[in-house]
Order: sequence, then C-alpha cells, then structure tokens
Amino acid sequence: MKKWEFKPGVAVLSVAMLAIALAFVMPLLWMISTSVKPEKQAASQAIRLLPDPASSTLPQAAENYTAVWHDSTVQFPLYLRNTLIVAMLSVAGMTLSSAVVAYGLSRIRWKGRGAMFAITLATMMIPFPVLMVPLFAIFKQLGWNGTLAPLWVPAWFGGAFNIFMLRQFFMGIPKELDEAARIDGMGHWGIFWRIIVPLSKPALAVVALFHFVYVWNDFIGPLIYLHHRDTYTLALGLQLYQSQAGQTPWNLLMAASTLVVLPLVLLFIVTQGSFVRGISAEGLKG
Amino acid sequence: MVFVLLPMGLSLYFSLTDYSLLESPVWVGAGNYRRLMDDPRFWLSVRNTLLFAFVFIPAATALSLVLAVALSGRLRVGKLVQACIFIPTLVPMVATAVVFSWLFNGEYGLVNAGLRAIGLEGPSWLTSRAWAVPALVLLSLWSIGQQVVVYIAAVHEVPAELHEAARLDGMSVVGRFFRVTLPMISPVVLFNVIVLTINTLQVFAQPYILFRTKDGQNDAGLFYTMHLYDNAFVYQQMGYASAMAWIQLVVVLILTAAMWWASRRFVHYRAA
Repeated sequence: MKKWEFKPGVAVLSVAMLAIALAFVMPLLWMISTSVKPEKQAASQAIRLLPDPASSTLPQAAENYTAVWHDSTVQFPLYLRNTLIVAMLSVAGMTLSSAVVAYGLSRIRWKGRGAMFAITLATMMIPFPVLMVPLFAIFKQLGWNGTLAPLWVPAWFGGAFNIFMLRQFFMGIPKELDEAARIDGMGHWGIFWRIIVPLSKPALAVVALFHFVYVWNDFIGPLIYLHHRDTYTLALGLQLYQSQAGQTPWNLLMAASTLVVLPLVLLFIVTQGSFVRGISAEGLKG
Repeated sequence: MVFVLLPMGLSLYFSLTDYSLLESPVWVGAGNYRRLMDDPRFWLSVRNTLLFAFVFIPAATALSLVLAVALSGRLRVGKLVQACIFIPTLVPMVATAVVFSWLFNGEYGLVNAGLRAIGLEGPSWLTSRAWAVPALVLLSLWSIGQQVVVYIAAVHEVPAELHEAARLDGMSVVGRFFRVTLPMISPVVLFNVIVLTINTLQVFAQPYILFRTKDGQNDAGLFYTMHLYDNAFVYQQMGYASAMAWIQLVVVLILTAAMWWASRRFVHYRAA
C-alpha cells in the first residue's frame, strides 16, 4: 500500500497542464465574455471578463443575443431550421447506408469484396476539391443547386470512414449468431435489422454523432451549393453575418458565434463518453 | 461510391477542357496545366500552403504527442485537461475563424492585449504578410484535440512491462519516450500524420474567413483551395480549377506513398 506523498514533479506537471487547459478554453471564454459586453467595452484594450458594472451582465447579454436572433438580414432562426433539416436527413442516410455497406463488406462473402473494401478506403484520401467541380456540374444538371439536396443526398451513399469503422465493429460480432438466425429462416435483411443493428447501437451512435457535427460544421458545401439567403445553414449564416456590409459589432458577432457553438458543446457534455471512445477507435485502427 | 469515382473521372476530363458550365466543355488538352505554370497566383497559393503545412504538421504532431504522454499518466487533473483540449475540436471552423479574427484583431484583440501587458507590441496579425501563416498555425493548433485523444489511447496500449524494463535499465523519461513509447505507437502516428497532411493541404474555411475581408485579400493568406475555389466559382473556369484539383490529388497521393515508403524503416508493427 502506497501512502500519498507530495511529488514535486507531479505538482509541476499538473500546474503546467492546467495552464495549457486554460489556454485552450480561453478563446471560448473570451468569445462569451465579449458577447455579454456593450459594444464600447468590447472594443477596448482593457482585459476584463465581465462588463462594467458587472451587474449589467445579464440585461446586456439579453440585449445582445436578442439583437442577433432577430437580425433583419441574417435570419438565424431560419438557418437553424435549415441546418437541422440537413442534419436529420443526412445523419439518417449516412448511418443507415454506411451500416448496410459495412454489413455487405463484413458478413457476406462475395467475389471482389476485398477489392471493393480497398477502393472504399482509398476514397478517404481523395481531397474534396477534386470532387467539388464535377459534383457542382452534376447537381446543376439535376437542378439541385440552390436547394438543400446536394448537402444531404450524398450522405445516403455512405461515407468511407464510417463504413470502415462499422465494418471493424461488425467483424467483432460472432458469426454463430448469423447461422442461428439463418436456421430460424431469416435472410440477410432480417439478420441485419434484428441482430447486427441492435448489437451495434454504440458504434452506430458514434457514426450519427460525428456526422451530425460534420454537417453542423460544414462550410464549403453550403458555400458552393446555396445561393439564396433563405436556404443558408448556420455556418454560412455566421460567415454572412461577419462579412455583411458595414462592420458587424464584435460583441454581436461573438454572441452569434456562441449561438452556433453552444449546441455542439452541450451535445459533447451530454455524450462525452461516446465521442472520446469513438475517436480513439477511429484513430487507432490505422 | 457513385459520388466519388464518377466525379473523379469527370474532373480529369474537365481538367483537359475549357468549361464555363454554361457551354459544353471544349477540349484544350494540357492547356490548363500549361497556363497554371505561368499563373503567379497559383504559385503564391502553393507557396503559402506548403509553408503552412511544413510548420503546422510537425508542430501539431509534436505538441499532441507531448500532451498525450503528459496526460496518459495518472494526473488528478488529467480528465479535466483532456476535456478542455478536446472541446475546441467541436467548434465549427467558421466560428473558430470568426473568434480568432477577434482574438487576433490588431487593435482590440486579446492576443495583442496580452502582449501589451508584458510590454510587447503585437503585429497586426491578419493583414500583415509576415504574420498571416503564424496566425493560422496558432488557430489550427487550437484544434488538435482529436489527435491528443487518439495518442492518449495509443500510449495506454503500450505494455507496462516495457516501461518497467526500460526503467530498470536506467532509462530517463525522455529516453523512454523516444525508445519505448514512440516506436510502439509509430503505426498510429504514421496514420494520423498522413490524415493530417491530406487535411492540411486542403485548408479552406479558416483562411477564407481570416484573410479575405471587404478590404481585400491578404496575399500571404491565399491558400491552394481558395485559389481553386475562386477559379471555379468566382471566375467560372471549371476546367482550370479541375486541373488544379488533379495536381492536388497527385501531390497528395505521392506524399502519402512517400510517407509509407520512408516510414518502413521507422514504423514498428507488433506481431498481431
């Protein structure tokens, strides 16, 4: 049994790590801090976290956030709705189709399966700019540019990273279960829905979660495909808010940023375990 | 698949044509590639992107590894610190860029306010030529949390007996990092460096927001994908942009292959 003792090395390391942690949170703290200040105090050279007087924090915050939410040209409520529509359709498609493809690549034996898997993995290396122009041309032919469709339809064709991750997960499910199900008269579809999906809920949740974050963050996609302000997503809306004619005051810009960031941070706090486990799993399989 | 292989083929075809989207493509052979060689903006974007990659990739990898090793021990504050480092990776790139454009603001930004507090006069980061890439590096380092988490998990998988044996042999902490930890996790490092390289060469949203304002473009902040985007969607030169895209693809493939090849001597794969 070891007794607790003071170790100078550990203490120094802990302090250093806390300092680093502070450096990483500081930009977000400053964002929130600026977002609750009056414009004059935001644009000042003094470093202070709360507005002066501190008692004005809440009313000032309410004023700033209301101003952002009800801005007449940049309609954040609408952009939130658009983002959620894309996110729902896209997450559903990505999770389902990646799972189906991963099932085919892990539980069914067929000629060319290995080659197909290799091609799927290779697509992870293709930079998006290579696909950008032709996808734009294709969606133009389809008449989809300017609508939300280009942002969620491709998700229904799976994503290489997710297929890869789910395939690894499915491989870990005992084959005997399939055989038992087959004896009970189930086909592939039955096995997929009644055995694989229920057993893979944690992995599917990670795929859904990551894809949700991806959609929420995506900037270049909406920038290319969306042409009307009414169809913008939050990421694009924030950029519009920043760049619109006549400088947007910093305090309002930070309030808008906070609104875009906050849902993801909350999602992280609620689901922290899944995020970290998922990332460790993805990165380690190289 | 349809959304990757078909577009790739189309992209290669477009790159050999003159194509404005309004009319059908006109075959020009290698014309676009020849024009690129004489395009100073193209070379500027190549230079900026490579400079950024050469600074950022080693810095990010070294910092992630150091943080991972420090946090993989049993520090009481470890979990808290890890969460703080991870949260920025959730912040949308646009929001990151907007927040950092505020932090890096020459006059009122927090960074320069901090520098002033210790008696230094900070540069005007985003509009200066010399400080544009460093600013982007700092911003990007802020989002390395995913790698740190991956490396922590990798470090945890290194068998404790190896460390024990090395300690008995009298190896220092630094010695154990380079001769035990690093070789054992080298496959993970290689994989993550490759992914990081591919992503870094495509950097777009952050410099687009940081360095392109209504006052114009900071030339030190023109990156490859931004120039490609401009050609495609601002100047409607789809063929020209596709040629740029294919050069990018080939460079990525060569770099990836080169890294695999060069790493054969360093990367240690455990017998499964």
